[in-house]
Amino acid sequence: MAKRIEVSGLNVYYGDFKAVEDVSMTIEPRSVTAFIGPSGCGKSTYLRTLNRMHEVIPGARVEGKVVLDDQDLYAPGIDPVAVRRVVGMVFQRPNPFPTMSIFDNVASGLRLNGVKDRKKLAEVVEASLKGANLWNEVKDRLDKPGAGLSGGQQQRLCIARAIAVEPEVILMDEPCSALDPISTLAIEDLIEKLKDRFTVVIVTHNMQQAARVSDQTAFFNLAATGKPGRLIEMGPTKQIFSNPNEKATEDYITGRFG
Amino acid sequence: MSSTDGTAPPDPPAGEPSAGEPPARATPAAEAPAKNLDLGPVGHLGDRLFAGLARGSGGLVVLIVAFVGIFLLALAIPALADDKSSFLFSRIWEPGGADPKFGIAALFYTTLISSVIAMVIAVPIAVGVALFTTYYAPKRLAAPVAHAVDLLAAVPSIIYGLWGILFFAPILRPVIDGLADALGWIPLFEKPASEDLGVVFTASVVLAIMILPVVTAISREIFAQTPVTHREGALALGATRWEMIRMAVLPYGRSGVVSASMLGLGRALGETIAVLIILSVPNGNDPWNSSIFAGGETFASKIANNAAEFDSPEKTGAYIAAGLVLFVVTFLVNSAARIIVARSTPGGKRQRRPRPDKALEGATP
Repeated sequence: MAKRIEVSGLNVYYGDFKAVEDVSMTIEPRSVTAFIGPSGCGKSTYLRTLNRMHEVIPGARVEGKVVLDDQDLYAPGIDPVAVRRVVGMVFQRPNPFPTMSIFDNVASGLRLNGVKDRKKLAEVVEASLKGANLWNEVKDRLDKPGAGLSGGQQQRLCIARAIAVEPEVILMDEPCSALDPISTLAIEDLIEKLKDRFTVVIVTHNMQQAARVSDQTAFFNLAATGKPGRLIEMGPTKQIFSNPNEKATEDYITGRFG
Repeated sequence: MSSTDGTAPPDPPAGEPSAGEPPARATPAAEAPAKNLDLGPVGHLGDRLFAGLARGSGGLVVLIVAFVGIFLLALAIPALADDKSSFLFSRIWEPGGADPKFGIAALFYTTLISSVIAMVIAVPIAVGVALFTTYYAPKRLAAPVAHAVDLLAAVPSIIYGLWGILFFAPILRPVIDGLADALGWIPLFEKPASEDLGVVFTASVVLAIMILPVVTAISREIFAQTPVTHREGALALGATRWEMIRMAVLPYGRSGVVSASMLGLGRALGETIAVLIILSVPNGNDPWNSSIFAGGETFASKIANNAAEFDSPEKTGAYIAAGLVLFVVTFLVNSAARIIVARSTPGGKRQRRPRPDKALEGATP
């Protein structure tokens, strides 16, 4: 269900521009890892390389290795489509398919995998919505469009959609940045619950959030505008927030970053 | 106009100082705000000009449409009153003489069937080309292909007509024979009696080529506008490119494709010269043939073919009445397009799949 990710010597380029330089880290299974750092430091870009979603952006390419339980995601012959079925993703803005009902949104990934059996679909949809703490709110209106839900509900719908296909890893790219505090809390509770089954990686700008939900925290920074982003330090969240090794991390966390 | 006049007063004060010398302007400007703020309406010549131009243009279009309608009605009604046969259901067309008889059934049929077939051929190709240029082709190839399709719109319809009957029709002949052999038992595809080249089907294929650019261009626009978030949502679930298009692009673009198709249909309905040149006019004594592999006449080609006959008000009125029907049909097609578009805007007001819900209820207990 949940797998370890080992990244070594990863560089990300947009065309000739080096956006992320030399990142190596290990992400433990069944844990929540938070990426923090100032805007533009490449943490979202780096997150996308973990399921090859960066390839959607023209000109983006990667050097280095991302190994998911002995399998290098960038080895020749690896299909990015297959990678994304194993490493799911939740985006900054909730993006349920607007023309699909709540049911169809959650079932969409299963249908991609060729599941046609109604009963099986219904079971997985219910389980996924329960897993995303959304079932009680939508069980009476599964045939209504997903776009009719509130922002927070939509984001949980997207999480249900992602977990319905039983991925190994779930990547979250600032999943709460478009949500109000109460919806944010609901998502944070959910992340806490998800780590029993999945490896969760979350990018966040909200440091309290990182402190609340994550087990490990990685701090990214860039030397100057136009320079590539780098991983400054990574460690247990408690240690990063109380006693970081690097001065830059401390400055950022205490708000003295300038 | 009164409201635009209302915006006039603040202008002269602004204009006056500027006419004076710079230091003279600085003094009143410095004093005035201290006493009382000038919060009157702010309006400039450009605003008034543009507002007038916009209103005038809007009004003009409505006027033109109204006048065309009135013109058609005024000339058609007297002729229709004299018609000795059923205008809507008769196939006879003898508007001259003491007992004018004319009906549009045959014209209506040929117009509609040729345009619908054109649409059926053109829309899938247009959607394919649009998807190719937006999501499949490398950038280097996408632009030339898009331009090539756009160029089809620049070809004059007289060229399409000549090309269609002289070059394309002989090529299409074996296709027609093959289709007629296979599907000849359906009246629509009945084997033609003659080896005539100017048949409805040929006209339809040429019409399809003619409407391809507009349908492609609009579909391409709307496909390209599919929000990145929708596309990424599909890709992140492990969708292949085609699955991403089916899940995100096509649902988003559906209403655009429908309206594009309707625009194409409207163009095909009214196309005159190409159809006129291609279609062979059936002999007046022949029994009427519903096959698309026979000749025929559309509203537009009929009117254009007989423009020389507009010698008496009765005859002219008969053709104008036919033109009026074309006007109404085109109007209805456009309205239908609007209704469809309004109903299926992205965000989906319609519930498309209530069934899985029932399956779910079965699974819950």
